[in-house]
Amino acid sequence: MREFLDGATAIARGALDAGCNFFAGYPISPATPLLLHMIRELPKVGGVAIQAEDEIASISMCIGAAMTGARALTATSGPGISLYSENIGLAIMGEVPLVIVDAQRMGPATGGATMPAQGDVQFVRWGTAGGYPIIALAPSSVAECYSLTRRAFDLAERFRAPVFLLTDKAMFLSMSTVEIEQYEHPAVRARAQAQAAPAGDPDLRPEESFWPWRFDPIDQPPPFSPFGGEHIMRFTGSSHDEHGFLTKDPARVGQLNEHLWRKIADHAPELELVRADLQPDARTLFVSYGITARAMEEAVLVARAAGQRVSALTVQSLWPVSKGAILAAVGQVTGTSESAGHLGPVERVVVAELNLGDFRREVERVIYGWAAQTRQIAPEVVGINRVDGELITPGQFLQFVTSNE
Amino acid sequence: MTQTTITLTTYRNEREYPFCPGCGHGLILNALNHALIKLAVDPKRTVLVTDIGCHGLSDQYFVTHAFHGLHGRSIAYATGIKLVDPDLNVIVLIGDGGAGIGGAHLLNAARRNIGLTVLVFDNFNFGMTGGEHSVTTPTGGVTATTRFGNLERPLDICATVAVNGAGFVWRGTAYDKDLADVIVEAVQSQSFALLDIWELCTAYYVPNNKFSRNMLTTTREALGMAAGMISRAERPEYAHALRDAGAIQAGQPALRPDPLIPIFASTLDREFRLVIAGSAGGKVRSTAKIAGEAAVLSGLWATQEDSYPVTVKTGHSLSELIFSPQEILYTGIPRPDALVLVSEEGRRAAARYLAAMSAESWLFVTPEFADLETPARKLVFDFEAAGMRGARKQAALLMLSAALRRLRLFPIEACEEAIRRGQRGAIAEENLALLAQSAGVYVTCA
Ligand SMILES: Cc1ncc(C[n+]2csc(CCOP(=O)(O)OP(=O)(O)O)c2C)c(N)n1
Ligand code: SF4
Ligand SMILES: [Mg+2]
Repeated sequence: MREFLDGATAIARGALDAGCNFFAGYPISPATPLLLHMIRELPKVGGVAIQAEDEIASISMCIGAAMTGARALTATSGPGISLYSENIGLAIMGEVPLVIVDAQRMGPATGGATMPAQGDVQFVRWGTAGGYPIIALAPSSVAECYSLTRRAFDLAERFRAPVFLLTDKAMFLSMSTVEIEQYEHPAVRARAQAQAAPAGDPDLRPEESFWPWRFDPIDQPPPFSPFGGEHIMRFTGSSHDEHGFLTKDPARVGQLNEHLWRKIADHAPELELVRADLQPDARTLFVSYGITARAMEEAVLVARAAGQRVSALTVQSLWPVSKGAILAAVGQVTGTSESAGHLGPVERVVVAELNLGDFRREVERVIYGWAAQTRQIAPEVVGINRVDGELITPGQFLQFVTSNE
Repeated sequence: MTQTTITLTTYRNEREYPFCPGCGHGLILNALNHALIKLAVDPKRTVLVTDIGCHGLSDQYFVTHAFHGLHGRSIAYATGIKLVDPDLNVIVLIGDGGAGIGGAHLLNAARRNIGLTVLVFDNFNFGMTGGEHSVTTPTGGVTATTRFGNLERPLDICATVAVNGAGFVWRGTAYDKDLADVIVEAVQSQSFALLDIWELCTAYYVPNNKFSRNMLTTTREALGMAAGMISRAERPEYAHALRDAGAIQAGQPALRPDPLIPIFASTLDREFRLVIAGSAGGKVRSTAKIAGEAAVLSGLWATQEDSYPVTVKTGHSLSELIFSPQEILYTGIPRPDALVLVSEEGRRAAARYLAAMSAESWLFVTPEFADLETPARKLVFDFEAAGMRGARKQAALLMLSAALRRLRLFPIEACEEAIRRGQRGAIAEENLALLAQSAGVYVTCA
């Protein structure tokens, strides 16, 4: 059985099925339909949705709600992400589970509100002060809009961190056909909960019955207890100790910052999510994500129908960078082909995206870094880039196959 | 506030305040502590929300929940907390600095009348960053950034929130004997309650202005700002009101998959790309959606991408449709197989598609475009000649269904089914009638 729907609807459904019960947002094209969906739907399931006075209030309300136990979602476009910036830092520091949908638009400032674009890939990565890892997913079909929204909630809860879902006008607003059986339903875990307080504690020394923060094990988020719950919760955006008191003690501050980093960085391999369509002996590897991956997948069908060999990697988890999957795709099939002086048979990696090389930069870093480390000759990494508001066409990919073989 | 009461002799923990000697912040916190004792609130049902500034350190000295957020945003965090758990006691501590940078939150919280208690630690300057001026620095006040006296008029926070709907507004000083009692009343009030508490920053504002306690009153009087209870009116509290409004919809069916069971068949064996271009308000998008659903009801895959100016009621409206026996990956349309032109605005918006037409393409037009030069196979549909009522306004559906009858991509009955399942009442009736009419359209081939 099939459906005919847009990505915004699929994201709304994914959020509802993931147990989302709080939404705050501010209207902006092309993200507004998700605000409308949540305003309409959340009261039906006992949740709350609000149009806030601005984007700073939107994300602030979400942070307050999430720390009161809600599963919170917000949605905006690039200009709104700009206003979220400081509070994204607070969500990282305060280990706040939060899903942020970025329906990207073309170019800086107000840019092209209704043009497909993928210009926020590096922006969401480095969009706040202090430089800590973030998680970002990019659906490349309407079915994935649903399943990756569920996954985004799962990861937000699991890692107690903000998780981005990067999409664009074409994916978000265009209607597509989905085979209902294609929807994946990844499980959505709940954040680890604090244990019940020891019974009868009349002198109320919260510091002793519950530690709202924990840096040991250093790679795990602390157990959660909501505002209004049975433990006293101290939330803070400042450098803090396990009790939530401000500290400048270098040992503590170092531990806190290492914890925030390693909580995600140590788990990068398990966060990798790609669709690898690799062909033995292919000398060209295409890499893409989001709406652009669809043209790539079509180009692969066309090239192979013409007897050409080509591999493709659709990246669903943009951050942390799927290093293992990228290297596997480059060195794939033959594993080691050191005799040929290459990581693998791949001679050229073509990264296609609707920006001027945001993700190519990461692919280069991974491949050239590995080649330098292992003293092998790296394949060249080139880009297909477009910032004119048009989609990259299958033909733009095919030029690389024909000119290359 | 919540009903559970608890007997505590203090809500302070054993940590000492960090403020400069003589700083008013500690006095306000002592009054807050007394108020909490009188209220006998459950600390587990009470959240102190602070932000950045010397006053922002305050939450660390109490045994309640604490939220220490970013400069000026505490009212917005508190709103999120209150919306999720409306019966919590949420007390917000902000400075005059935060009231300035977070002014939008202050205004909107007052307007909503959300049941927060906001204590403004108003010392006329930014203590933490070195005594710069704030929105409440009195005219003539000397600060690090108004060295020859402030030229700006200070913001009357109380008058502003009162006129915008706050249910409980009071102004006084950190030295007022009744401060604790007023805080008690404010927390008990269901309304948005704001206390503008004037006090001394002994590190900056006092030495820079030879300021004193007495001058709190003389300055206020000189500025003509009121003191005491400024507004007291219980209005519906927002967090509860929003829940109550939502409760009416509780249990209604939420968004669910909406399967289109393929009860029709199509013989289409390749991708077919169709563009329909008309004017805003001409039902182009809803017509395209009928066709998209009809294709899916016929076992095909379909995509639809719309474009229109942001001012939706004027200019063009254009929809790109792709139908295919297989999953559609790339959704761009460099060259449509068929183009349906409904209006002049549509023709202009579709110029690139018109230019890309070949001898294999189909062009369906209204009579005004009968002379259009094109290599495509052109069909002119003249509804008005066929005497169809409202043809202009309904041209999108008439044209598209007439084109679909010609193209035979899938049965026209599938469009009927799409209308029946997706539209209701009079609109469905009207569209079904149009669909039937489109069979009798008068066609000329050019
Ligand atoms: C976004 C941002 N801008 C600037 C600052 C620096 N800053 C810290 S406290 C403060 C002003 C505090 O003044 P006020 O709220 O009156 O508190 P006080 O120190 O007087 O108690 C400023 C501007 C900041 N922390 N964040
Ligand atoms: S700098 Fe001013 S506001 Fe800050 S603690 Fe000292 S006296 Fe108080
Ligand atoms: Mg101040």
